[in-house]
Amino acid sequence: MYDFTYEKPTEIASATAILGKDDEAKALAGGQTFIPVLKQRLNKPTVVVDLAKLGLSGITVTPTTVTIGAMTTHAAVADSAEVAHAIPGLAHLASMIGDWQVRHRGTIGGSLANNDPSACYPAAVLALGATITTDRRSISADDYFQGMFTTALEQGELITSVTFPVPVASSYLKFKNPASRYAMVGVFIAKFDTGVRVAVTGASQSGVFRHTAFEAALSTNFTADAIAKIATPADGLNSDIHASADYRAHLIGVMARRAVAAAK
Amino acid sequence: MNVMFEGIGASMRRKEDLRFINGHGHYTDDINRPGQLYAIIRRSDRPHAKLLGIDTKAAKAAPGVIAVYTHADMAPDNLGGIPCGWQIHSKDGSPMAEPAHPILATGKVRHVGDPVAVVIAETRAQAKTAAELLEIDYEDLPAIAAVTDAIAPGAPVVHDEIGSNTCFDWHIGDKDMVDAAFARAAQTVKLDLTNNRLVPNAMETRCAIGEYDAMSGDYTLYTTSQNPHVIRLLMGAFVLHLPEHRLRVVAPDVGGGFGSKIYHYAEEALVTWCAGKLKRPVKWTADRSEAFMSDAHGRDHVSTAEMALDADGTFLALRVATIANMGAYLSTFAPAVPTYLYATLLAGVYKTPAVYAEVHAVFTNTVPVDAYRGAGRPEATFLLERLMDVIAHDTGHDRVELRRRNFIPADAFPYQTPVALQYDSGDYQTTLNKALANIAWDDFPARRAEAAGRGKLRGIGISTYVEACGIAPSKLVGQLGARAGLYEVANIRVHPTGSVTVFTGTHSHGQGHETTFAQLVADQLGIPFANVDVVHGDTNKIPFGMGTYGSRSLAVGGSAMVKAMDKIIAKGKKIAAHLMEASVEDIEFANGEFSVAGTDKKKTIGEIALTAYVPHNYPIDEIEPGLDETAFYDPKNFTFPGGCHICEVEIDPETGVTSVVNFVAVDDVGRVINPMIVEGQVQGGVAQGIGQALLEAAIYDDQAQLVSGSFMDYTMPRADDLPNILVGTETTLCTHNPLGVKGCGEVGAIGSPPAVINAVVDALRDYGVRHIDMPASPQKIWAIINAGAQKMAAE
Amino acid sequence: MPHVTLTVNGKSHTVDVEARTLLVELLREKLALTGTHVGCDTSQCGACVVHVDGTSVKSCTMLAVQADGADVLTIEGLAAADGTLHPMQEAFREHHALQCGFCTPGMVMSAIDLVMSHPQGLTEAEIRHGLEGNLCRCTGYHNIVKAIAAAWPVMHGRELVAAE
Repeated sequence: MYDFTYEKPTEIASATAILGKDDEAKALAGGQTFIPVLKQRLNKPTVVVDLAKLGLSGITVTPTTVTIGAMTTHAAVADSAEVAHAIPGLAHLASMIGDWQVRHRGTIGGSLANNDPSACYPAAVLALGATITTDRRSISADDYFQGMFTTALEQGELITSVTFPVPVASSYLKFKNPASRYAMVGVFIAKFDTGVRVAVTGASQSGVFRHTAFEAALSTNFTADAIAKIATPADGLNSDIHASADYRAHLIGVMARRAVAAAK
Repeated sequence: MNVMFEGIGASMRRKEDLRFINGHGHYTDDINRPGQLYAIIRRSDRPHAKLLGIDTKAAKAAPGVIAVYTHADMAPDNLGGIPCGWQIHSKDGSPMAEPAHPILATGKVRHVGDPVAVVIAETRAQAKTAAELLEIDYEDLPAIAAVTDAIAPGAPVVHDEIGSNTCFDWHIGDKDMVDAAFARAAQTVKLDLTNNRLVPNAMETRCAIGEYDAMSGDYTLYTTSQNPHVIRLLMGAFVLHLPEHRLRVVAPDVGGGFGSKIYHYAEEALVTWCAGKLKRPVKWTADRSEAFMSDAHGRDHVSTAEMALDADGTFLALRVATIANMGAYLSTFAPAVPTYLYATLLAGVYKTPAVYAEVHAVFTNTVPVDAYRGAGRPEATFLLERLMDVIAHDTGHDRVELRRRNFIPADAFPYQTPVALQYDSGDYQTTLNKALANIAWDDFPARRAEAAGRGKLRGIGISTYVEACGIAPSKLVGQLGARAGLYEVANIRVHPTGSVTVFTGTHSHGQGHETTFAQLVADQLGIPFANVDVVHGDTNKIPFGMGTYGSRSLAVGGSAMVKAMDKIIAKGKKIAAHLMEASVEDIEFANGEFSVAGTDKKKTIGEIALTAYVPHNYPIDEIEPGLDETAFYDPKNFTFPGGCHICEVEIDPETGVTSVVNFVAVDDVGRVINPMIVEGQVQGGVAQGIGQALLEAAIYDDQAQLVSGSFMDYTMPRADDLPNILVGTETTLCTHNPLGVKGCGEVGAIGSPPAVINAVVDALRDYGVRHIDMPASPQKIWAIINAGAQKMAAE
Repeated sequence: MPHVTLTVNGKSHTVDVEARTLLVELLREKLALTGTHVGCDTSQCGACVVHVDGTSVKSCTMLAVQADGADVLTIEGLAAADGTLHPMQEAFREHHALQCGFCTPGMVMSAIDLVMSHPQGLTEAEIRHGLEGNLCRCTGYHNIVKAIAAAWPVMHGRELVAAE
């Protein structure tokens, strides 16, 4: 990788100050995507700002919300009995990201800031209608994701935490890319008293999206059968050596039905 | 079993493990020499282009850069190109096309990854940065990756001087006899199939360090090689023009090879030459993504197979036509793979009286293809064993009975096939029977029904195979085009107090030679296992050697050890006879003791060794002091391991995902020295076979770009992709080597792929599937199921 | 140039490194601990796995500067000073869970973390899933899975009762 200056601030304000004044300054969270990118020399930052000392990790669970600090690792979320109790789908999703070692370093904030179209967390955030809190504001999930690798974050803006409303039931099912083990299709189902939200990751050229046809059907009848006859259009879905758009469209249905059946 | 038993047949724990499990293995990249520089190779990102110019100015001026070399900089030294070690002649008698293979590209680049320039700098990072500053002027040319495109009229030509993409057009067998059999056959069955291209991906990437001693003029190359002497021979004699005594090649611990580290690669010559130029050591280590485009790939055949049968299902003749991808250049043993390692195995385990095979080898704009675990034999086995199930499918014969009916019977050995080989021993009914029993074949319908209850499609598939190992004899392979001998060398050094060091020309990179060979020598000399050490991998220590590949190390290298030990024992008998005042004819050797027949007089081998080195009371007029013998063993024939693999899969019809739920292998690898190691070798081979069948594919797009060029896209088998692999052995002894051994390194990768695909096809039998090419990916299976479901819905 | 102070296998080191230096590069090149290997450039093979503050991480996907103040354990630090092997090392040798040995250091470090973080027990499926981040090209994993199952009772001092 190219060399850079390394900063490890202890105040959020110092971190955002560095990141705000330099286009080429980059934040380092868990680094499980960012460091491989640096190794491939696909990014040439001037400054790398390590967020590890900003005190942004931790999980707070209330009867109605789960709040996860941006620097909380996937392993911490996966291993949290409180998260598993409140939002089982979220804990399960965290346990499916990458591998054991990646989960020990990778963070929810890093995943969401990067918004890789085959990342898992965006599916949970969008399906649960979570709120992303940054150093300067709150952003609703529906406003946050703006296409692959694109988010509502401004330059220098840092995610500090994510707050998920506790649903009645949830689940996440992921069909892994056989090689990379990223989501080839990942479907998160969140059932609230007010209705059902379904988000799909890994499948679309424009990143995570809500499956409104499934949502409508499931909101009136929360069973796998309710969506069995709803075909997902292949238009706009990714096509690669592991899965054509048609196959992805099909898998969205399969994963969604299984997720509904598994929701708890 | 005797708890102290540690000789032939004991599952001794491995000697080499202690250093590996403590992190003290000594791999090439662990070596750093004083004053070492780092090489980064700038490779072509174009599949096919004219190389118009290279501007090195900015790179040379970059921080830390010591030198930048292109082909033009090397030209004044009149270096040779990378040589090919095997020459095939076409049907018409003409020699194969053998295009120049320069160390660094000149005139044209011919595949993505073709080395164009090398940058040498004080650090690896500096070299990498400078390599990005090289400005290379290309003129893109149309490119081809698929063999079928290579032979299409008007195809772009990879090597202009050849005028076409044909490397050779070869055949074997009796065409007229086969044609006649087809003309009178009651039925014929035809199958088109491909054998998917694979990337070997040993976990250690290749690495090479060149070093030059200006005082002596000696060069040393540390390299990740399976055969350091072969590298010394090829690189010294053909590329750098260095005599052997000026060139030492060291292959220390090597992190897996599977064939990919047999070959002499450009990087080895490059770092050695650079070290001489710069008078400083030069190290190159491949990144994984670099390995994908610079390590020789494996397989990549497109074939048509046709069988002629009589009305009862007895095979009359087999006809095969194969197009084999050589890649852009000829790798060291590439031409041998689709010919003498492939077509000669097309008789398989069957007494098919006539076989005719044509092999058209072609150049494409892809990474060179060479032997990868099994090398030719997996391709032959996949073709035959898929054809067996297709014949059963098309003709209604039971697939087990069809095989049994056509097996070469156990009493027919030695058996001369119609495609050159003479199998010495085997018993295919027995390995089949044991495998069927081990997997509870007869109970399969109940398991299938149970799986159906869970919504899963369960299938079972069988593969009965034979392969040829320990490639030999030298005279024969010379006639077939090998440009080297294929003997092996062992030096057995009995030290004065009776411990032994074995110097072998084979090379261990996972096979456990330090253990197996120590067991063999301990057993034969009757000394403790702990008292035998094995040394390999250094041309300055080992007399000579051809290295490790083709499951040859025990069959050929172990036999050389037996020959050397025979000399030790023969000399020991003379010393013992002298000491015990008996005639040599009366001396017997057993369990480490020389005794006088019919008496209780005896001397241990330690006493004899001490006498040999302290020859005070010694037959000095008759024999020399010392107890140190070298033997070269040239095998009399190939060895022929064989057996039966059975695979059971479950397919999720909604997703197309296949899970291997049972896998049984019963292999005849000849005499087993260490059952634990044999089992491990078979399991590892089967894992690669399952990988080929279900997961792995080197995919080029139609522009000849490698799409699956990293672990992000190339599916390596992981622990949760694989089942437990139950290994059994049944032994018929090899009849022509002194140990009766056959070899176990490749059987797993050879026998397993068709067993897996046969199981997948069996699972999908209700969908009208006759054949699926590898890898049977979820996407491919879903498409079949989806099409089948639509067809059923339409009907 | 930033300097990093860290403990590796119980020994404290202060090393000057470029900011871009990976933890694995620090271990291999600065501390000559070459037991930790690099087998890929996409963070998938796991040959580089070490423990940082008690959990397994990929040392090729962590900057050396991120390890400032950390306690790092590598394969070289597993065996006792008298050479007594860690139970996982012993199990790998006993069950022939290695062939070429290249993936072994990372595999052993991952396996130890897997066993320690599953005090409730480990099924075969959990072991296989737990090895998702470690590639082995030699063994087919069969014996690695066996070795890990065999090490569990030794490491936890009680029998491993298979849940399956």
